[in-house]
Amino acid sequence: MSKLLAALLACPALLFAAEGGTPLDHAPIEPRDLVSLQSGARTFVNYCLGCHGAQYMRYNRLTDIGLTEAQIRDNLMFSAEKVGETMKVAMTAKDGKAWFGVPPPDLSVIARARGADWLYTYLRTFHRDATSAHGWNNKVFPNAAMPHVLWKVQEGSSVVQYDTTVRDLVNFLVYVGEPSAQSRKSIGIVVLFVLLVLFIPAYAMKKAFWKDVR
Amino acid sequence: MASRLTALWDWFDSRMPSVGEEYRKHMSEYYAPKNFNFWYYFGVLSMLVLVIQIASGIFLTMNYKPDAALAFGSVEYIMRDVPGGWILRYIHSTGGSAFFVVVYLHMFRAMLYGSYKDPRELVWIFGVLIYLALMAEAFLGYLLPWGQMSFWGAQVIVNLFGVIPFIGPDLALWIRGDYVVSDVTLNRFFALHVIALPLVLLGLVVAHILALHDVGSNNPDGVEIKKNKDANGRPVDGIPFHPYYTVKDTVGTIVFLAVFCVVMFFMPELGGYFLEHNNFIPADPLQTPAHIAPLWYFTPFYSILRAVPPLFNSQFPGVAAMGIATLILFFLPWLDRSPVKSIRYRGAYYKGALALFIVAFLVLGYLGVKPTTVWGQFGFDAFFLDTKDRATWMARLCTLIYFAFFILMPWYTAKDKTKPVPDRVTM
Repeated sequence: MSKLLAALLACPALLFAAEGGTPLDHAPIEPRDLVSLQSGARTFVNYCLGCHGAQYMRYNRLTDIGLTEAQIRDNLMFSAEKVGETMKVAMTAKDGKAWFGVPPPDLSVIARARGADWLYTYLRTFHRDATSAHGWNNKVFPNAAMPHVLWKVQEGSSVVQYDTTVRDLVNFLVYVGEPSAQSRKSIGIVVLFVLLVLFIPAYAMKKAFWKDVR
Repeated sequence: MASRLTALWDWFDSRMPSVGEEYRKHMSEYYAPKNFNFWYYFGVLSMLVLVIQIASGIFLTMNYKPDAALAFGSVEYIMRDVPGGWILRYIHSTGGSAFFVVVYLHMFRAMLYGSYKDPRELVWIFGVLIYLALMAEAFLGYLLPWGQMSFWGAQVIVNLFGVIPFIGPDLALWIRGDYVVSDVTLNRFFALHVIALPLVLLGLVVAHILALHDVGSNNPDGVEIKKNKDANGRPVDGIPFHPYYTVKDTVGTIVFLAVFCVVMFFMPELGGYFLEHNNFIPADPLQTPAHIAPLWYFTPFYSILRAVPPLFNSQFPGVAAMGIATLILFFLPWLDRSPVKSIRYRGAYYKGALALFIVAFLVLGYLGVKPTTVWGQFGFDAFFLDTKDRATWMARLCTLIYFAFFILMPWYTAKDKTKPVPDRVTM
């Protein structure tokens, strides 16, 4: 019986080892690094929010990453009026389609769809391509409709600095994808602890009731 | 205090004695074999997950919008703006997969110990009906987040009905209510998911348990404990369900909830197997994803569908094979000709067949989440190779094993060398 089980369990493990895919760089994100998240937020509102919205994310939720509502209002809100609004984009989907061929996607959950590593690699692998409409192309997303929006940033900084900027931006996008991720983990630890505490009397009770069963 | 409670109960009992009678019949005087092992937790856990799904589902319904324009956003609204909303959503999404985990393990238990055999055929049939209703419930619910996988998964599955000869196209149109999956489809799937199928499931669960309690539970030895009763008419190898199994199942429940919470709080997507990455992209009827995979619990059957080659340009054989693969479960009690129930006393034939079957089922499940090119292609040409994808041929082999397990069962279980079954259960 146990041999059969062991054999059964080993099979899928072997199969899963045989996977491959596009080589993506590992995104060294740190979801609890507030400085990095705030830097990412700044890059996001300056370079992304012109074309992409994050329409499910409210500005005042950014208090999660250590900002006050006044700081959010003064530094991050360019197109919104009230701090409780969502991060909507000023550009219409129709204009976006006319200008880029496809409307730029909303970025609220882009990190959950694409993954941090993909975003991190994507934003760092733009290169010049004279044959494309906007003069840029990308290694992980060939013929992307988006030009290299961060090219001035990349031009004006060292490789390490640019990687850090992108890391911070991706860190922020991962946060935006699931703002409750950090509290989810801390609540999870409490819940598991409660279950562990409940387990002890439950197990003792089972032992007590079952001591006569032979 | 105690006497007041007793008086209150007496008052209640004299007016509605059936509550006490049912309690005794199904709990305090239901005699279950004393030798239940690990595998016997999954029945009660299936019921627990059903309750979890209904409870979390009710609260999700309060904020979810079954509208093609609003559905995706309403899920994100629940995840961000509804207090505790993300907990409810993750409970429900983790619960959906957990339901299949416990149900598959519960079914595997039945196959290990022959729990479907005489006199428990009806228990098994109600169980298979629950499994089918659960698959329908999961499929309907998966459309609701209105992501790309929701939309295209529903599109693919509904189109399967479209290949049925003669009535297919009309049937698919009738299910969808439109020529493509649309707002109309979303609305009706919502209605079926939150009302119709849960009612069916609850009814079937009641039937499953009533049928079980009429004949009594099987056990890891496959011994009928009712054949061995003491002077009071109680099975000597039986113990009252309450308190013995209620305290035991409490421990199992806590362990299960701990595993559930590890997934729910620390890895709710489970690497894309519980929440698919592509489903975080809103449904787009104009953009077909390169790779459409159903959630993991359907993938063995999806693999069977893809493995069967089309006939006269019709996908019907694959769809039929997939349908038969689930319906064949109903016949298991009559396909198994073995004189013994438990794997402990069966011979090498059944043990080998069951092991092969489980391996084939897992391989089919794995291949179903991957594109057919996952293992590359054969490097040679041959007239019989309609496809050179290695994975497709592996899926075909596993499909053959899947069906052979059932079709050859009357033969190999009758020929199997069984061991003598003891009179009493062993601990």
